[in-house]
Amino acid sequence: MAKIIINQELCKGCQLCVESCPRKIIAISTDRINNRGYRPAVLIDETRCTGCSSCAIMCPDVAITVER
Amino acid sequence: MAIVFKKPHALTDIPFHYCAGCTHGIVHRLVAEVLDELDIEGKTVGVAPVGCAVMNYDYFNCDIIEAPHGRAPAVATGLKRAMPDNVVFTYQGDGDLAAIGTAETVHSATRGENITVIFINNAIYGMTGGQMAPTSLPNQVTQTTPYGRDVNTAGYPVRVCELLSNIDGVAYLERVSVDCVKNVIAAKKAIKKAFQNQIDKKGFSLVEILSTCPTNWGMTPSESLQWVRDKMMPYYPLGVYKDGVKGDRLK
Amino acid sequence: MSEKILMKGNEALAEAAIQAGCKFFFGYPITPQTELAAYMSKKMPKIGGTYLQAESETAAINMVLGASAAGVRVMTSSSSPGISLKAEGISYIAACDLPAVIINVQRGGPGLGGIQPSQSDYWQATKATGHGDFQLLVYAPSTVQEMVDLVELAFDKADEYRIPSMILADGMLGQMMEPVEIKEGHTPKVFDKPWALNGHKNSRPHNIINSLSLDAVTLEKWNIARYEKYAKILENEQRSIEYMTEDAEYIVVAYGASSRVALSAVYEAREQGIKVGLLKPITLWPFPKKALQEKVPTTKKFLVVEMSMGQMIDDVKLSIECQRPVEFFGRTGGIIPSVPEVLNCIKKMGGVE
Repeated sequence: MAKIIINQELCKGCQLCVESCPRKIIAISTDRINNRGYRPAVLIDETRCTGCSSCAIMCPDVAITVER
Repeated sequence: MAIVFKKPHALTDIPFHYCAGCTHGIVHRLVAEVLDELDIEGKTVGVAPVGCAVMNYDYFNCDIIEAPHGRAPAVATGLKRAMPDNVVFTYQGDGDLAAIGTAETVHSATRGENITVIFINNAIYGMTGGQMAPTSLPNQVTQTTPYGRDVNTAGYPVRVCELLSNIDGVAYLERVSVDCVKNVIAAKKAIKKAFQNQIDKKGFSLVEILSTCPTNWGMTPSESLQWVRDKMMPYYPLGVYKDGVKGDRLK
Repeated sequence: MSEKILMKGNEALAEAAIQAGCKFFFGYPITPQTELAAYMSKKMPKIGGTYLQAESETAAINMVLGASAAGVRVMTSSSSPGISLKAEGISYIAACDLPAVIINVQRGGPGLGGIQPSQSDYWQATKATGHGDFQLLVYAPSTVQEMVDLVELAFDKADEYRIPSMILADGMLGQMMEPVEIKEGHTPKVFDKPWALNGHKNSRPHNIINSLSLDAVTLEKWNIARYEKYAKILENEQRSIEYMTEDAEYIVVAYGASSRVALSAVYEAREQGIKVGLLKPITLWPFPKKALQEKVPTTKKFLVVEMSMGQMIDDVKLSIECQRPVEFFGRTGGIIPSVPEVLNCIKKMGGVE
């Protein structure tokens, strides 16, 4: 079991995590804008997350914490 | 469950001001992770450049000074000579290191100054809005090469690792990239080695990191990473350009 | 009591810095100052100090910025064109409220100029060493002994006020030899530097030394605070030396090498019955305004003697708010004014043929 926590206020919606996730389970939210005007990324299927940290490694804003 | 990946201690809590998808942020994290892993934050002094990364004095938890444009290696020399047992690193962009600061770069290398240089090569001046850099590629369109960089008038891009590789004061030169997970991991290894070299007093160590500028390149963050792979890597081959100890060729 | 020894100005400056506890010197060769660097390159290795010849004056001043930020006493020296190259670095050092000692052994200018002595960098030193609102403490020696004494004072005041200080000498003073006494082995004053970048050792928050603020309000706040410091300096640090001014009707104002010539002319004029005296500024910033103002009631005219086309004369007029006529005599290009020339000006000023 594993999961990621994406800090919604730090995220700038750059999508590098979306692209680097091997299981394609991160997406840009469509219903929320953070206080810096970005649509933050969200984990869309926690059950398939392996905690590989690819997303966190590619995140330029250190917005992702990974638990395993 | 345990936390397996989090913000390194050597980064402060101040959010980065960088544009969305700018890979400066990745390199900041790598440097901070290395400061944590080598447990040297308490004895490290950073030197910030003039450029997009100028405000990294807010982001690192070690002591840090902001240097005039191009002069970071000289400021680092003064710091290091004053405190030889401390770790001193500079973090510079391509304009800072390979245009105005070329002499400081070359001569801190010739002196075998025992410092670590983190060199961000994103082939453009970011902070000032996208002008040509000394590492801008032939035909690259920038604000000051609107018709593409014409090598006949604006000259050829400078390959810093190759330029410095014949300088005897150099211990370690490697060009890396942060365009994908595999390369980010390799980049961290290089950065860690560049700091370890300093601790082991091997001489001048520089890591050149191919990096992106989505805003001024006019691309999305992921298109920018692709541009690094398609256009920059052929001109700036990744790899080790020196790995030894200063003066080792003279023995 | 260390006895007097014959020493060249440039070397006396270096030795005095070492005696003041300076263990870091970053330099670059330029006539007429190079013996200072050469002396440092001989002496520093022997006392565990650092002598480093940088690739340029620009690099040298930035090494000073780094070493000063680490909290050590540090010095650089150059001559006129080299000081121009250090302008941005000096502005940073002032903006970061860092101490440092910068020596300018002036030569004829502008441009490549010449290598003979000059005082044509007065404005550069006191008005606009670099961009932005800032000042340097500027000391003007006129003898080798004063060079020695002012170097230690420059280090102490730089640390006390956290400000770069400059010794404004010239080629003549740098190249001449005079007997001099240097206090050896005394312990220099030590100043606490909690702001220094020497590694927080996990025992304090990190220190940041930075002069950038994109927020104008903050930048103005920094500048205003710095000018409150300058106000204290203006109040407490004005220094000058006076010769025969008690009953003087005319006063010559001159510093450094030109004050030596002026003093000889003053003596001769006195012998010819002219009541003239000399006021010799020791600090050029803060300019000795108080001393000059006190002279106004009893002084008919002032004569300013400089080795330039006239720069300090502005500060003399400003100090006395033009309440008295201020005449000028200057030689430039490296030519040192002669005693007869100055004497003639004094006689003309005093209405004596």
